[in-house]
Amino acid sequence: MLADDLRGIFYIGLKDLRAYYLKPPNISWGILFPFAFVLAFAIRNPGDLRALVPGLIALTLLFGTSSMEAIVIAFERRIGSLERLFLAPVSLPALLAGKLLGGMVFGLTVTLVVLVIALGVFGAASVNWLLLALAILLSAAAFSALGAFVSVAVKEVFEAQTLANFIRFPMMFLGGVFVPVDSMPFALQVIARVLPLTYAVEALRAALVGGVQVDAVFDLLALGLFAAVFFGLAVNRLARLLD
Amino acid sequence: MNIVKVSQLTKVYQIGKDKPPLRAVDGIDFAVREGEVFGFLGPNGAGKTTTIRMLTGLARPTAGNASVMGLDLATDGTRIKKKIGVVPEASNLYDELSAFDNLVFAMQLYGVTRAECQAHAEELLARFRLSEKRDALFAKLSRGMKRALTIAAALAHRPPLIFLDEPTTGLDVMSARNLRQMIAGLRKEGVTVFLTTHYLEEAERLCDRIAIIVKGRLVALDTVENLKSAAQSKTVVEMTLADANNQVETKRVEGENVEAAARAALAQTDGRRVLAINTLRPTLEDVFVKLTGLSADVMLAEKGGKSLS
Repeated sequence: MLADDLRGIFYIGLKDLRAYYLKPPNISWGILFPFAFVLAFAIRNPGDLRALVPGLIALTLLFGTSSMEAIVIAFERRIGSLERLFLAPVSLPALLAGKLLGGMVFGLTVTLVVLVIALGVFGAASVNWLLLALAILLSAAAFSALGAFVSVAVKEVFEAQTLANFIRFPMMFLGGVFVPVDSMPFALQVIARVLPLTYAVEALRAALVGGVQVDAVFDLLALGLFAAVFFGLAVNRLARLLD
Repeated sequence: MNIVKVSQLTKVYQIGKDKPPLRAVDGIDFAVREGEVFGFLGPNGAGKTTTIRMLTGLARPTAGNASVMGLDLATDGTRIKKKIGVVPEASNLYDELSAFDNLVFAMQLYGVTRAECQAHAEELLARFRLSEKRDALFAKLSRGMKRALTIAAALAHRPPLIFLDEPTTGLDVMSARNLRQMIAGLRKEGVTVFLTTHYLEEAERLCDRIAIIVKGRLVALDTVENLKSAAQSKTVVEMTLADANNQVETKRVEGENVEAAARAALAQTDGRRVLAINTLRPTLEDVFVKLTGLSADVMLAEKGGKSLS
């Protein structure tokens, strides 16, 4: 059973990468979109561009992992090919993990490109590499699981896109990417604390420019919790399709 | 040996708060024998697809139980999935992958080795006359080719049991004929086929035994010959007569047996010449009409289909 599931995770992820993710428009969009946002903010508020790097990486992870992830399952459900995966000898959690794998690998790939550029420009002297790797991996898992949950929560592709944007865009402005969470009004700080992007930005900031490491461990735990909750909700929702 | 065994299988859907629950499948019992082509017939909404969905793990039964190759549907779902192939009513491979890659992916999920995947995919493409379309995207194939490739994908992991849900619906005459030949070929290879179709002639040609389901309940299950015999209480002969002016008339006469019917027919010639006299066997269509009380046309009309020819 475990062998069936591991094989299923690998090949479903691989199939999704080949069929949906690794297309030139997706790759260029995944890289350009976060740059465009950060550049727009930097032009309006010129200052320490280095401080924007954690937000840039977090945004790249958010959009890289969740953009396609949020529509792939709804799309396959619409054309009937999701049933092919239901019919395969693979458990539902493994099926969904395969879907997450595709989104994560794509998100990590575009993030790596952005990260190399950012470190090339600003230097990598103060980077905590272990923390950086964990922050990137857990953020990718949380955002990919969020995308999967959005994708199984709706029936149509356009609904998935709408719901994903409804969640991501407010999160982008409330998650500490452009403005530190501590400087926001209290009510917004409370909202920011239930957003996975907030913890991704904080963990990445700690890894890239230094920060309180104990807080970073809490951020990593929060990201792991978000990934587990979104994954569990998505599996539950997927199971209901078989009722 | 029974390869599928179904007992009191039931599926009830809650379709709305103000509406009564819909009993899509209502306590059916049947068994499918190893190596046979088992036809599952019924008008639209009779419960055919719901039954297939339950037997393949795509829907949970509300009540009853079923086993596939001795494995319990409720507890051995994953092991059952390794032993079955499913062709749904709509061809559902991946538009973005080539014909070859679709087949390879279908095998990879079942643990077929890399080397075997490549060789078997080529073999399947050749068998289903798709070798020339090896690298064409699924989206670019004709409807008949998509259907053939979907069946090939269902056979890719060499399952001993295959479920075919309306495999020839919407196909042109030649594509449908090719697919029927493929289905007949599967039986020769020992693959058990569970076939739903709304083409009664197709079922008559292909199936060893046929179950007829109406409004979620089985109304008949037997061999085609036995169903026909049961549907005909008397023997019918058809006689063609010609008078002195070569005016031709055809008459049908019933009798308790062939001899009695023929004797009764010959007593009604009125001095005309007998050009031909034949016994008439009931068709599956006659059986269907008698058992369901529906017109046979309802099967075609509901699917927008055409008769076979």
